[in-house]
Amino acid sequence: MMGLCIMVAFVGIAFVCPWLAPYPEDRIEVHTDQRLLPPSRAHWFGTDDLGRDIFSRILLGTRISLHSAILVLLITISLGVFLGVVAGSFGGYVDEAIMRLTDIFLAFPRLILAMVIATILGPNVTNSIVAMSLSWWPVYARLVRGQALSLREQDFVLAARSLGASRGHLIVSHILPNCLSPVIIQASLDVGRVIMTSAALGFIGVGAQPPIPEWGIMISLGRNYFLDQPWIAAFPGLAIIVTVFGFNLFGDGLRDVLDPRWRSEAE
Amino acid sequence: MSELLLEIRDLHVHFSSAHGMVYALNGVNLRVHKHETMGLVGETGCGKSMTALAVLGLIPPPGRLIRGRILFEGEDLTRKSDAELRAIRGNRMSIIFQSPGSSLNPVYQAQAQPLDVLKYHRRLKKEEAREQLLNLLGRLGMPDPERIVRAYPHELSGGMQQRVMIAMAMLCNPALLIADEATSALDVTIQAQILKLLKSLRSEFGTSLLLITHDLGIVAQVCDRVAVMYTGSVVEIADVVSVFERPQHPYTQGLLHSIPVITRPQRRLEEVHGSVPSMIDPPTGCRFHPRCPRAAGLCCQQEPELRETLPGHRVACHYPG
Repeated sequence: MMGLCIMVAFVGIAFVCPWLAPYPEDRIEVHTDQRLLPPSRAHWFGTDDLGRDIFSRILLGTRISLHSAILVLLITISLGVFLGVVAGSFGGYVDEAIMRLTDIFLAFPRLILAMVIATILGPNVTNSIVAMSLSWWPVYARLVRGQALSLREQDFVLAARSLGASRGHLIVSHILPNCLSPVIIQASLDVGRVIMTSAALGFIGVGAQPPIPEWGIMISLGRNYFLDQPWIAAFPGLAIIVTVFGFNLFGDGLRDVLDPRWRSEAE
Repeated sequence: MSELLLEIRDLHVHFSSAHGMVYALNGVNLRVHKHETMGLVGETGCGKSMTALAVLGLIPPPGRLIRGRILFEGEDLTRKSDAELRAIRGNRMSIIFQSPGSSLNPVYQAQAQPLDVLKYHRRLKKEEAREQLLNLLGRLGMPDPERIVRAYPHELSGGMQQRVMIAMAMLCNPALLIADEATSALDVTIQAQILKLLKSLRSEFGTSLLLITHDLGIVAQVCDRVAVMYTGSVVEIADVVSVFERPQHPYTQGLLHSIPVITRPQRRLEEVHGSVPSMIDPPTGCRFHPRCPRAAGLCCQQEPELRETLPGHRVACHYPG
């Protein structure tokens, strides 16, 4: 429930942040006279080294995080589910080829692979999304393939085949829908991870670039002032923690809700 | 005897495995006539279900049909393409399986799969198909079909699930219905109801039934004729009364002796000695000879053919009687 609240709040803020933020112009505008102010009534979370309101920038940052999380998951899920279902349903050489490819991708730590790809493509938001998608899809391909493999042996698939269903029909209406609930659960847990990874890419400078109010970049900039003005790095960090925690809780809750057997027992 | 519907001739299906070739079916010969209920009995692993799957053209990999013909309504199914077979399955010939619970897709309402069947075989619109399904469920004696078709599989009892499966199999009014251990997973009372239902199909729809079971009691109740299988081939085939009263094959005799008879005083049940041989390295000659009380020199050398020993009663044994 708490997870759901945090998630709804996060998505809500992402939509209305330009109106909600007290100083929306602080997205890029610099105020040299208000540098490094501590948290106060005017600036709830203080200001950074260029005099920008941190609270406003954190609110504006939700939109960037949500944008990349949604795009990354859309791309990884479509690619991963497609390849996974194909591998699991057809088997043989197709399966071998796809799974060895995923093995190659999974052999690299995900963050490092994303960093390498982002660096090669050049650091900006779009490329960091592409980089994360490319390093993320094998998780879904594996998950779905495993599901498809076990579903293929299910009696209802044999029953449908024995009553005249074609291969395409079997895949689309018997195997695919049964694969989806683990995918949805994985995705809801991954939202948090994607937000964290995109912050990490921003932090090390291969993701979004300043002056975009991305949480990772804000932490990275705040690092230099951490001893004397800790609020510059601390508040964006807190935002990441709360968001990721919220999505993880939400994913756990979703897992319980999505299992129809569990649901009917609860009723 | 009436017209021939299904004829299986010398069917061989082998599986290649890590331990060697598994000889799953070794020359199955079987005939099912129109409007007839044929029982197919045997121990676990003797090839009953494999025979059914082979008839439907659904031999699971790595199994391969090595030899033999399957004539259904005069056409050889072993020569049909996948698309041609699809047009037959569920349409002219259907099957119901042992576990009705897992034969229905858990994510759909119970009506989804039956409606699909009508969609690809009859190209019916959804409303027409639904009407036909409800109509059929009513004819099959299902109370409150409207509610059943909207329920999810886990909300239905085993008996209800199996009735939905039967309805699904009967939607296109097939000439042949194969029931593969269709009642084995059900309670005895539900089993009796389902058997009654299967029996009524023949009088109501004129469907031939191939009833696969290991329960001789069911065979005695429901079937007209019965084929006994052992290690991948049919060893005895005749009408039910003849098999029960005058079993010719020592294996059939062993099976019948191992049934407890409630009216007879308690005594130790006879068993068929030994165990089922490995199908990777089956015995030479008659595959039953290592367990057979009658085995002689000829039995280890030559495989017996099915031949008629009594009128309409065929048996594969060198020393029948």
